[in-house]
Amino acid sequence: MKNQAKKKGPILRVEGLTKHFGGVTALKDVSFEVGEGEILGIIGPNGSGKTTIVNNISGFIKPSSGKVYYKGKDITGKKPHKIADMGLTRTFQVMRPYYSLPAYKNLVIPLFSPRARRTGGWRGGGRLGDRHTVSIDILEEIGFERDSYIPFKTTSTLPTGYLKRLELARCLSLKPEIIICDEVFSGLSMSEISSMVPLIERLQMEGITIVMIEHRLRELFRVANRVMVLNFGEKLVEGSPDEVMADPQVKVAYFGSEEVEEVMTYA
Amino acid sequence: MDTAHSRKERIDRGIKVRSDGIYALMSFRELSYLTLPRLIFIVGMLSLPLLMPGMYWQRVISIVCIYSLLALSFDFLAHNVGLVSLGGAFFIGVGGYTAGILNSYFGIPPILTIPLATIIGGVFCTVLLLPCLPLKGVYFAIITLMYPLFMARIIEAFDIFGGTDGLIGIDSFSNSWVEQYIVIGAVLLSLFGLRRLVNMDLGLIFTAIMDNDQAVKASGINITHYKALAVFIASAMGCLGGACITHIYMWSGISQFALDFSILPIAATVIGGSGTLIGPVLGCLILVPVSELLRDFGTLRIVFYAVILVGFILFRSEGIMDFGQRKYEQFERQTKI
Repeated sequence: MKNQAKKKGPILRVEGLTKHFGGVTALKDVSFEVGEGEILGIIGPNGSGKTTIVNNISGFIKPSSGKVYYKGKDITGKKPHKIADMGLTRTFQVMRPYYSLPAYKNLVIPLFSPRARRTGGWRGGGRLGDRHTVSIDILEEIGFERDSYIPFKTTSTLPTGYLKRLELARCLSLKPEIIICDEVFSGLSMSEISSMVPLIERLQMEGITIVMIEHRLRELFRVANRVMVLNFGEKLVEGSPDEVMADPQVKVAYFGSEEVEEVMTYA
Repeated sequence: MDTAHSRKERIDRGIKVRSDGIYALMSFRELSYLTLPRLIFIVGMLSLPLLMPGMYWQRVISIVCIYSLLALSFDFLAHNVGLVSLGGAFFIGVGGYTAGILNSYFGIPPILTIPLATIIGGVFCTVLLLPCLPLKGVYFAIITLMYPLFMARIIEAFDIFGGTDGLIGIDSFSNSWVEQYIVIGAVLLSLFGLRRLVNMDLGLIFTAIMDNDQAVKASGINITHYKALAVFIASAMGCLGGACITHIYMWSGISQFALDFSILPIAATVIGGSGTLIGPVLGCLILVPVSELLRDFGTLRIVFYAVILVGFILFRSEGIMDFGQRKYEQFERQTKI
């Protein structure tokens, strides 16, 4: 069951984004919009510039040219913490937890941020004051078993599935308006993914806009309202999952031939 | 031993809670398990001036405490914030000169110059280190090593603040008891203050910056702001030590930028146990008196000193504090079955 995105104006608009790394053009004139409350999927083969888009939007890299507008405001080239403070959050493809801290203390850091103190964090829990209790609440919500050792274990001993959830939990602690998920499904087992998908759908129901960068097409196509395909740093096609699946260009980009019957069969 | 009716049990069993460092205490006996080691340390530090024979060793206590402040600031920056700082000499020099200038040019008494030098010096060091804050690890260490050399050459070249002679005729403490209890109090306050700080939410931010600064940025937190705060705390502690040195020797000069102040705290941290905060203080309590005892050997003392250091690194590389804590937690008692 796919949530229907409400028809509202775009919350994020990217115009002519271009990024050169020396002589390599990682992104070339990419433009797209994300409507408020929708899930946009971004797919593409390895090296097509998916993570570079995330880094450019979230401020970790400054684009060579092009503009990024968030809620109508130009955020191009702003500092990452300023952008996160405005409610545009991201996860990292290579998980970046604080390895020497227990899982629940990982969330104290986002709950300590100016934004969480201003807004109260996810569902206002941060206003209660005790950040340690609130972080255990958030962890439980995101799938850490509350009455177990897991929230108290040092992060370096946690398996990948929990670390990916921790990445999402960090974004949620900030009470975000957009979450850009950089491959949250990769490295997870089938059962872990099947428990993550309802979580993503629930976040959308709460009104959070989500941009998902994925290699797991089957799960992505289940939740995404629209899908954009990148290849060699250029936008190939954009449309509903069904349109994208049927597009011959996508088949060429992924498999090198139009002969393939159905992308989904192999993804 | 009658094994049928009794068995061995660890003392901390029953009071340890599943999360690290949290205890459930039900009686004064259990309370003393935690407070006794701390109490012994505090009482020991406070009674040191009374136990020491003669002026010479009392002076050594003051020097131990000043090195302890530096070692604490090094340990805090390196193992809680992730900035390896060789700026001990820089902090001591800036604090020392600030106190000296305030006292000899403006006639401010030591009771005011020490807190003023702590704050002014801390701000001065932080402002100068501000451009280097994006650097990490060894690169930050190199920059901080450069600053004391730079300051000393500037004072020499422009012949300011007494030039190579330094500032002379600075007021001393009213007597040696005041001198020693001021520095000992400063060490105890900074030690327990820092231990409290690193366990607060603010301290978690510092640890997070050390672990993964990108994730802290993505959490909407300005890391430069917090790094600057950490550098201010550390440099203020160093400047406090420098101000004390100036008033102890009634002189402030270029030798306060000597690299001893940068290097010895690191050795003390290695011996005492890195990241424990109390370890570096124990390290200083061992290293500085040893270096005084070896003074009779003349230049050969460097050799003995090095042998002691190498011995520690080879046989107790975890440090005294980590070793001691592990052993303390393993204490057992006989309990009836």
